Amino acid sequence: MAHFLLELTLFDIHICPWPWLAYAIVGLIHVALILNLVAVSALVFIWLERKISGRIQDRLGPTRVGGKFGWLQTLADGLKLLTKEDLMPAGADGMLFRIAPYISFCASIAAFIAIPFAGGAYPWIVQHLNTGVFFVLAVLGLEVFGVILAGYSSASKWSLFGAMREAAQVVTYEVPLGMCVVVPVLIAGSMDMVVIGDRQAGWFTNWIVFHDPFTFITTCVFFTCAMASVNRAPFDLAEAESELVAGFHTEYSGLRWSFFFMAEYGSMFSVSILASILFFGGWHGPVPITSLLGLGGESGSVGWGLAQALGLANVLFKGVVGVCLMIWVRWTLPRLRIDQVMTTCLKYCTPIAAAMFLGATFWHYNLPDKNFFGLTNLPDAVYEISEGWEISEGWDRASGDEENLGDQIASDQITSDNVGGRR
Amino acid sequence: MESIYWPTFFFWLFSLISCSFAVGVLLARNIVRMAFYLVLALAATAGLFFLAGADFVGAMQLMIYVGGTLVLLIFGVMLTSQERFIEMKTSSGEWVVALLLGGMLLGILLQAAMAVPAWQGMDRAAAEATKVEKTATPLGMGLLGVRVDQLDEQDESRRKGMSGYLFHFEIVSVHLLVVLVGAAYLARAKRKRGRDELAGTGSNAT
Repeated sequence: MAHFLLELTLFDIHICPWPWLAYAIVGLIHVALILNLVAVSALVFIWLERKISGRIQDRLGPTRVGGKFGWLQTLADGLKLLTKEDLMPAGADGMLFRIAPYISFCASIAAFIAIPFAGGAYPWIVQHLNTGVFFVLAVLGLEVFGVILAGYSSASKWSLFGAMREAAQVVTYEVPLGMCVVVPVLIAGSMDMVVIGDRQAGWFTNWIVFHDPFTFITTCVFFTCAMASVNRAPFDLAEAESELVAGFHTEYSGLRWSFFFMAEYGSMFSVSILASILFFGGWHGPVPITSLLGLGGESGSVGWGLAQALGLANVLFKGVVGVCLMIWVRWTLPRLRIDQVMTTCLKYCTPIAAAMFLGATFWHYNLPDKNFFGLTNLPDAVYEISEGWEISEGWDRASGDEENLGDQIASDQITSDNVGGRR
Repeated sequence: MESIYWPTFFFWLFSLISCSFAVGVLLARNIVRMAFYLVLALAATAGLFFLAGADFVGAMQLMIYVGGTLVLLIFGVMLTSQERFIEMKTSSGEWVVALLLGGMLLGILLQAAMAVPAWQGMDRAAAEATKVEKTATPLGMGLLGVRVDQLDEQDESRRKGMSGYLFHFEIVSVHLLVVLVGAAYLARAKRKRGRDELAGTGSNAT
């Protein structure tokens, strides 16, 4: 999105007398958008969780605050948390105790830097990284640092147990999670999330989840592991209240505690958006409304803006659906024991993910141009969109020998300079 | 403000963060705090990689080094349950030896870094004209045996020598696999038969 904003007349670096100011303002706009996205979505999700859990348990949930449906309940909660006394145990390591919630929160927000919200030649993304998927996975793994530091510095048995459980769980579940992510990377031929999203343009039949039977199972494994890696029930061993009081945040109160909570909801949302981009088409809906309406065209035009905004709404909607699914699972399934959590990962998720990876490789190698379980052909539009972005598309079309491939790569690189040059 | 070249500014910022937390690792006494400072120093190094446009290496730094320190942190937490490890004191003799060794290594590295002409900084005009290139795909192709960056090489014989890193990559992969199998072997649940044998030898000895 940075190029787009920089090309508006207001921030045009050729007109603007202070280019550094333009860059600073554009950067601040991105930061504000992402902070708001995480904070507002946390507000909505906390309310949603109360409401959905109420309905699942045959109650009403919040009904009074803010008139109908109790939609202001989270704000009231937030006020309550602000006014709570900020306690720290006497034996705590003060510096680490204070800093731990911010580390979790920062890691949770940082993942949004590399997540695109709309694609095309000028995607809506804070920083268009060449290896976006990898970056998001790496940053999501850092959230556990805050949890471990919180558990250690609280000088409490419950906290320490919770933190060690969380550490073991996150380190273990990163293995199958990484294996699942490799499958869409393999099919799209790129680690760039914009390319992966645009590979699924068109109808829902082009989504990677329906690419072949193996990717379908991979999606299920990915969702299970994602739920475990963001520490959600039935995998919330780190805060198992029946055994550990509240796990790693036993000693936290007030605003510091709410930072952990926001981090949890933020990473739930980012993992859901990641799943929607990797497997469920991202900004390309089940029905290609934008291309049916004839929206799009020149970047910067109104039609293009509308198409991108629809894509943005699409991504956010899919993310919210994913979070709702997580809430549903949480209030339906009982919590696993710690040994069951490990067994699920090491004896089931990892071998299944490995087998599905091999199967998807085999399928994609034999039917590179097919979609929807091999029934439909890959539309030409996909090539048009992604052409010029990644040389890996050249792999499929080059006839095979190395010289030919080299020419293909060289010509594709020239187009990539024209189309996708990064600023 | 015009005269400031912002990439340089951010380079100094990130390196300052990295170096000061590295010093923090030395001065801290609590092992968990040390690990925490190490995480921050390594994360700032990842920032340097991102600044240089090396997305892949930066993400690698985050995943491997910063993520790897996580395990260090866990060991730290587990070890410091014993009283004598909570405060670690370094004797002055250790300080002298460590400073001597570290200073010598730093001196050699600095001299080596300054001696290579290709590593000298370019002037500002040249730096501003340089285009940031995406490096992930050439890297991946290089690991698969195709050196994309060597395709323009006119000399046929040189191009053959630059055939990529597939062999090295495979050796490292097999090595890692062996390490994984070994770790699984060492960590496996001991079978009952083995325990009986041990007990048998023990009774023989007595």
